Parts: sequence; structure tokens; C-alpha cells
Amino acid sequence: MEHTEHILSYGKLTAVWVALLVLTAATIMVTRFELGVWKVWAALAIASVKSGLVIAFFMHMKYEPRLFRIILFVALFTLAGFIGGTFFDVLYR
Amino acid sequence: MSHAEKDSFGAKLGMWLFLFTEMLLFGGVFILYSVYLTRYPKEFGLGGHQLDLVFGATNTVVLLTSSLFAAMSVTAIKRGAKQLTLGLLSGTIGCALIFLFIKYLEWSAKFHHGIYPNSPKLIAGPPGESIFFSLYYLSTGLHGIHVIIGGILMTWTAVMVQKGILNSADNVTLENVTLYWHLVDLVWIFIFPLYYLIL
Repeated sequence: MEHTEHILSYGKLTAVWVALLVLTAATIMVTRFELGVWKVWAALAIASVKSGLVIAFFMHMKYEPRLFRIILFVALFTLAGFIGGTFFDVLYR
Repeated sequence: MSHAEKDSFGAKLGMWLFLFTEMLLFGGVFILYSVYLTRYPKEFGLGGHQLDLVFGATNTVVLLTSSLFAAMSVTAIKRGAKQLTLGLLSGTIGCALIFLFIKYLEWSAKFHHGIYPNSPKLIAGPPGESIFFSLYYLSTGLHGIHVIIGGILMTWTAVMVQKGILNSADNVTLENVTLYWHLVDLVWIFIFPLYYLIL
């Protein structure tokens, strides 16, 4: 498997880190308001964006072969299936 | 070992498969948390407000920074900057130690207030509160074990970089250890809002 290796620059990694810190500040601020159930969704949405940044850049997923992303989505769909199935039972019992 | 063929594609694929099992492990704990949150929203709210947001937020920044150092160490070793790689790995390990020290302070404060699994105070209180703190100790404890393992792996990797076993041509072990470290960060990205923010 010989292919030219992609190396992320320090600047780009630092930019991702700054974005992660900004998102952390945003999630703290948005959850200080009494938004009820929207607070939960906002926090989870921001956490998902942060995870996306970590996986894509820090974990280099953006530059890996497509096979890696396929199995990532299989794992995420499996987890989503467990969550969906559990809540289908818990909420409509 | 010196003549062994290295298959970095296979090594990374194997690491990712392991990381997916880790995601499912922590995913299971999060499902448990969310189911009990829907059952005991009031008690979870009271429990969540007893957690210290400053400790939680500080540890978030510490872990994100450690992840930055870990990601930079991969860039450094691929560019052949050995000293910088070692410096960045030390930075990551340093952040891991700071994280654990803050976690120690946080847990000690809770223990001091009589909040620990099976404590008389929790047994006497409502079941929802005791479930909340059991899940809190389970999640942060399991995560803390991962931080300790990650720190040990990072130290081991740094020794191999120092000895030149890992270098600009052969560094998939360092990449895989940093992948593990980023997973530890990912898990905390979800623990932080779930326990410290949304309640």
C-alpha cells in the first residue's frame, strides 16, 4: 500500500484546536439558559460537531482511504440503532 | 523484529476496529445514562447541579490541548523532528497528569460530602440520585482508566522515539497511540455536556 502520505500542518491543527475551544465556550454558554429539552439537543449537536473535527483532523480520518469511513459509519449506525431501539421501548412502553 | 515487514495500513485499520469497540462500550454507558435521565429527570437535575462546572470545563480544555499536542507529535515525527516529537509527547503526558490530578480533587470533594457508591447518604436518599452518582463514577472512572492507559502508552512510545525505533519512516505505533488518545478525548467531549451542562 504505497501512497503519498498526507501530513497535517501545525497551523491547521492549531486552527482545529481553536475551533474546539470556541465550541466548548459556546456549549457552556448555550446551556446556561433555561431552554428545556432544546438545551440537551444543542449540547449534543455541538458535541457531535466537536467529535467530527477531532475525527476528521486530529484522527486524520479525512485523509484515510474510504474503507475507514465506511466502517466508521457502520459503527455509528450500529450505535444509533441501539439508541433508537432502546428509546423506542422506553418512550412508548 | 528489525527485518519485519511493516503494514501500516493494516495496523491502522486494526486500531480503528478496536476504537469502534471502545465507542460501543462507552455508547452503552451513555444509553444507560439517557434512559435513567428520562426516568428520573428531577433527581438527575439535583445531582448534576452538585458537580463542579469549573473542574469539568478546565479538564475539557486540558484534554483538548493534550489532543492538539498528540496530533502535532505525528506531524513532528513524520517531518523528522525528533526533539519536537518528544517535547509534544511530554506535553500530552503532562496534560494527562493534570487531568488526573483535577479528577482526584473533584472526586475527593465528592467523597468528603459523603457522595460515593454505596455511601450511607446516597442509600438514604432517593434512588434517582444514587443512580446518577453511580453512573457518574462509572463513566468518569472508566474514562479515567483510559486516561491512565493512554498516558502509559504515550510514555512507552516516547521511549521508542528516544531510542530511534520510531522515526520519520516507521511511526505507525505513534499514530495508533495518538488515535487511542483522541478517543479518550472524544469520550470526554460527550461526558462533559451530559453530566456537567445539560442538567
